[in-house]
Amino acid sequence: MAAAKTRASSFSRHLSTAAPSLGPGLKCGPNGTVLLSSGIPDLDKILGGGFPLGSLVMVMEDAEAPHHMLLLRNFMAQGLVHSQPLLYASPARDPRGFLGTLPSPAASKDDKSRGPEPDQEKGLRIAWQYKKYFGENQLNFDGQRDGKHEYSNEFNLRNPLERHFINGQRVDCVSIQDSPDLSILQDRCTTFLSQLPRNDGSISCAGRIAIQSFCSPQCVYSNMEWEMLSFIRSLKNMVRSSNSVAIITFPPSLLSPSFCKRWQHMADTLLSVKAIQDDDKELAQLLTGYQDMIGFLNVHKVARINTQVPLILEATTFSIKLQKRRYLVLECLNQAPVDGSSGNSDGTSGSCSSSSKTGNLDF
Amino acid sequence: MNQRSSNLLDEALGLDQASEPWPLKGRVVAIEDRVETSGSFILHHLLKRSLSRNSSNVSIFIAFAQPFSHYDRVLRKQILGWNLVSQRDNGRFFFFDMLKLQCPVGDEGITPGGGLIALYGKIHKTISALPEISQKNVSIIIDDLSLMEVAANGSSDHVLDFLHYCRTLTSEFDCSLITLNHEDIYSTEDGSTFLLQMAYLADILIKVEPLATGLAADVHGQLTVSNKGRNKASNFHFKVKENMVECFYPGRSRD
Repeated sequence: MAAAKTRASSFSRHLSTAAPSLGPGLKCGPNGTVLLSSGIPDLDKILGGGFPLGSLVMVMEDAEAPHHMLLLRNFMAQGLVHSQPLLYASPARDPRGFLGTLPSPAASKDDKSRGPEPDQEKGLRIAWQYKKYFGENQLNFDGQRDGKHEYSNEFNLRNPLERHFINGQRVDCVSIQDSPDLSILQDRCTTFLSQLPRNDGSISCAGRIAIQSFCSPQCVYSNMEWEMLSFIRSLKNMVRSSNSVAIITFPPSLLSPSFCKRWQHMADTLLSVKAIQDDDKELAQLLTGYQDMIGFLNVHKVARINTQVPLILEATTFSIKLQKRRYLVLECLNQAPVDGSSGNSDGTSGSCSSSSKTGNLDF
Repeated sequence: MNQRSSNLLDEALGLDQASEPWPLKGRVVAIEDRVETSGSFILHHLLKRSLSRNSSNVSIFIAFAQPFSHYDRVLRKQILGWNLVSQRDNGRFFFFDMLKLQCPVGDEGITPGGGLIALYGKIHKTISALPEISQKNVSIIIDDLSLMEVAANGSSDHVLDFLHYCRTLTSEFDCSLITLNHEDIYSTEDGSTFLLQMAYLADILIKVEPLATGLAADVHGQLTVSNKGRNKASNFHFKVKENMVECFYPGRSRD
């Protein structure tokens, strides 16, 4: 951010301080924002680094599959690994039980090799004499870092998070099923966020709020449309002036279309997850690697704090896969080679036609 | 970057001529956007044009969407050597932070739209307190109306009343009123009245929409400007940058 730019005028921008010191799990983002990890390294990459502090993330659920829970689990686990305070609200009677299903960070880098990368090999051939430095650097790097201080971890969904991450932490759980209105949740959020005020300077600690299935019909308040919207608005404003990120998942089919749009406008970052039919022959023909996919993730909107320029992604639909049945990865969709004999090379009218990977010759 | 260079948007709004009476004086400008294409960059653009025009222009910004720091940072990139803090200190920029405004529920009988009436009073008072010359050059910018509805607990009637009151300001003081709203919220049958009322009130209607083919890195969307005053409608593409918005006809990269 402090890179010198040649300007025509003699005006020089008055930068108040150098980069503020940041606690674990935080890094500087563009436009003076500070980012924290979503718990899914692929998603961080897609969003340009992570979720900015002060933003509201909304995830539109699919009633047919609980993929939003994967996002929530990784988000919450990442916060606990970094000792970030967490507030979790869900319609379940005992939300604390959900904490037992959080994944633990992957043991080591070698555990989840993505297979050989021949392309990279080719690219490095020109600089062959530097390969020896590559190997050295990698060793040094791994030696210095331990899982805790990495910005973002890969989570092993097969192993539960160690107890010590959950106990002795500022973890607050709220059940929103029986509350007649949203005042209890509102109070808990206010109390939680009052511990994380934003002031210019170093940020020692950032907090996370995760609210699951916000308008689910079991909740008594779920037909109070304007109250729910007011709550989201006030949560967004409180989060904006604190060092925290809030994520709310909701089933869009349970809202009227006009309110669904209002909720979407509220979000700084808007994602949606979709289930995949188990045995969709058409989709299997259309995409490679279809068998490994468990769902789709769509990125509708990316947070734009302190800037007016929208972030246009190359692809907005990604497939959710579980590598080795433990690690959540997001991949661009790859169109399968078209079978010439079928004659219909325009068969791209599947649900993912807008996002097929086009490689280097992108327009 | 010559900040005086105008573009297709300025032309469509009549801002390209450096004529003395600010072309938006006494006019209501309604901006409609969607989830895919946010229209707040137009507010920033108009704020920039208004404040850089001449030293007696005053802007009153009623913010429901973002805190002051966001606008400050955005505007700082638009005009070099310039920021909202100093404009605010010089009395040329008034920022009404409405992020926490919430009209009390069920109170409508006693103080109808209580918070909104107080807001109107505040605006009126601010304008009346201005020096004579600035009184004639005020722009009221509202970001955005859908959040004002939320603050009023969903009674769009109160919001419309508020807007009608602000309209009186445009005739009493010759202010311009610039509002932002989200078109896709109102596209259902019974929901469209609010939008239609706003479109009726407006002298200039600006629609910010994505292209029919979706989003792209080079073209962020299209603008359709209907200027009732000049009996003109224009449509062109735009790309938003940090310090300006580029407007061009389809097929070209600049105008």
